[in-house]
Amino acid sequence: MRLAKQWTALNTFRTLLLLPLLVVGVVSVQAQSPTYGVGRTPTDNEIRLWDIAIGPKGEELPVGSGSVDMGSELYLSKGCAGCHGTLGNGGMAPRLIKRDAGPNADPWDYGRVLPIRSPYATTVWDFINRAMPLGAEGTLTPDEVYSLTAYLFFLNDVVEDGTELNERTLPQIQMPNRTNWEQVPDWLPGQPRLEGYPY
Amino acid sequence: MSQKKTDRREFLKRSAAVAGAVGLGAVKPAIGQDNANTPVAPEPGAFIRGSDEMTAYGTRSRFVDSVRIPHGGRESPDSFGLDFHIATPLQDSVGEITPSSLHYMGTTRGSFVPDIDPDEHRLMVHGMVDNPIVFSMEDLKRMPSVTRNHFIECAGNRSRSQHTSIQQTHGMTSNAEWTGVLLSTVLKEAGVHADADWVVAEGVEEVKGASSIPMAKAMDDCLLCYGMNGEPVRPQQGFPLRLLAPGFEGIFNVKWLRRIKVVDEYYMTYNDFGHLTRDPVNAALGYQIGPKSVITYPSGSQQLPGAGFYEIGGLAWSGGGRVSRVEISTDGGRSWKDADIRGTAHPMAHTRFSYEWEWDGAECELQSRCIDEIGQIQPSRQQALDFWSTNGERATFVKGQDNSIQPWRVASDGSVHNAIS
Repeated sequence: MRLAKQWTALNTFRTLLLLPLLVVGVVSVQAQSPTYGVGRTPTDNEIRLWDIAIGPKGEELPVGSGSVDMGSELYLSKGCAGCHGTLGNGGMAPRLIKRDAGPNADPWDYGRVLPIRSPYATTVWDFINRAMPLGAEGTLTPDEVYSLTAYLFFLNDVVEDGTELNERTLPQIQMPNRTNWEQVPDWLPGQPRLEGYPY
Repeated sequence: MSQKKTDRREFLKRSAAVAGAVGLGAVKPAIGQDNANTPVAPEPGAFIRGSDEMTAYGTRSRFVDSVRIPHGGRESPDSFGLDFHIATPLQDSVGEITPSSLHYMGTTRGSFVPDIDPDEHRLMVHGMVDNPIVFSMEDLKRMPSVTRNHFIECAGNRSRSQHTSIQQTHGMTSNAEWTGVLLSTVLKEAGVHADADWVVAEGVEEVKGASSIPMAKAMDDCLLCYGMNGEPVRPQQGFPLRLLAPGFEGIFNVKWLRRIKVVDEYYMTYNDFGHLTRDPVNAALGYQIGPKSVITYPSGSQQLPGAGFYEIGGLAWSGGGRVSRVEISTDGGRSWKDADIRGTAHPMAHTRFSYEWEWDGAECELQSRCIDEIGQIQPSRQQALDFWSTNGERATFVKGQDNSIQPWRVASDGSVHNAIS
């Protein structure tokens, strides 16, 4: 549409000068169109239904809310306590409450405990929603996941008692390791695993 | 009709009788029991009667008993039917391809293997793309395909001193011929936005296991695989569709793949949390498998019949590219000689090597060392431990994926032992 308007606005001389540019423009537009045209376009609803990967910005979080109080009840009624221990430790499943590392502790000294070590609150929500409870994965409602997430953050002193979390407030939680971790260096084909590793 | 039935019953009865007779009468000396004083020409002890099963899919010889074993002493399947890690019998391997039935298996947490109807399965490609697409399996098979040899190795595949066999020390790697569509083909079809740096790949199993993969890798050589060794991918390997991220740690090769989401940052999702570290060295080592090799024969728990000639055989691989050279030491790493590369060295694929060896019958230690096309050299265990030792504190554990050299000690009685300390 815009091309057509430009076209009529130009005189022949200028058109000839611009022709190579226009061709480049058309080619780059085509590069973004399907080559094979195989498959179909999903509906927005379909994408929302499938899209359970919650990124650090929390854009995919469903509308909902949950509280520490509700979470503490769900922790028992959904069977979390059976595997993770009543207080988030001592069970056969991974520990969910930080180890005592003294005052001014380095967050890494709390142990490999998801709701305190993870740099993003969204990861905890994503993990529970995706993979819990064992044998009944995918059955928790968004509100239940918000509640359980809030409860685990309360257990680890990330949020205060009485906190309510929703799709807007959850991504704003500042986890103690928010920037205290190392991202993998940019990967490129044909690069060594690590410069300086004994080879 | 009834006449037919009778005939069939009669036939079965007779077959059973014949089979029984053969079972009792199989007294001919088996090949290999040579006795120069009473020479016999090799003859089969019995014949395999044709069956519907043999016609339809075939079976291996009843004399071949090579099987996978649960890895790391953990029951698999457990009492709930959950599969855990299962190790391939590398001690029996020949060539480069792992038979699909013997391919190692890894799981994210212990898995019920999904029983997926391929007609119902879909792959969605969406996120930061111009054209989100849903593919059926039929759609994917219409797309341009490639067939490539690639290994997969679990990051936890490491030799420990209590391990006695190569199946325990190295059985969490396998190599197959994979067929499918390049992920780059599908991503280009969807039109990836310029500022997208990662893809999240997600499976359909109960935990919806998902990994963040760098866009550079996704566009380089990742494969959406529906074929494995000439037939559909096996359920334990992700039927009907799995991602292959060649040379990356096993967990990135997402099985039962249902979704590729194009994103602009590392998502720290389900499988990613296990890679979380604040050590830049660990972070860098957490993706690509290092150059690695192992002698499959002779290897731990095997028995050499006596001094004389042997072809030492083994497998070498690297996440950095092709294997360009393999070296062998028969004196515990003091001197090294080039092994022969057998077959073709494919990028990120098990490569078969061999070395002609005259064993003098004295105790010795065999080692192999892989050098890949980008110049990475497999370290000795000593070198790897030196790297991880700090301020005079001696490391006893190689962090991350352990690609250090595997020593096998051949005792003077011909028994072979794991020689790592």
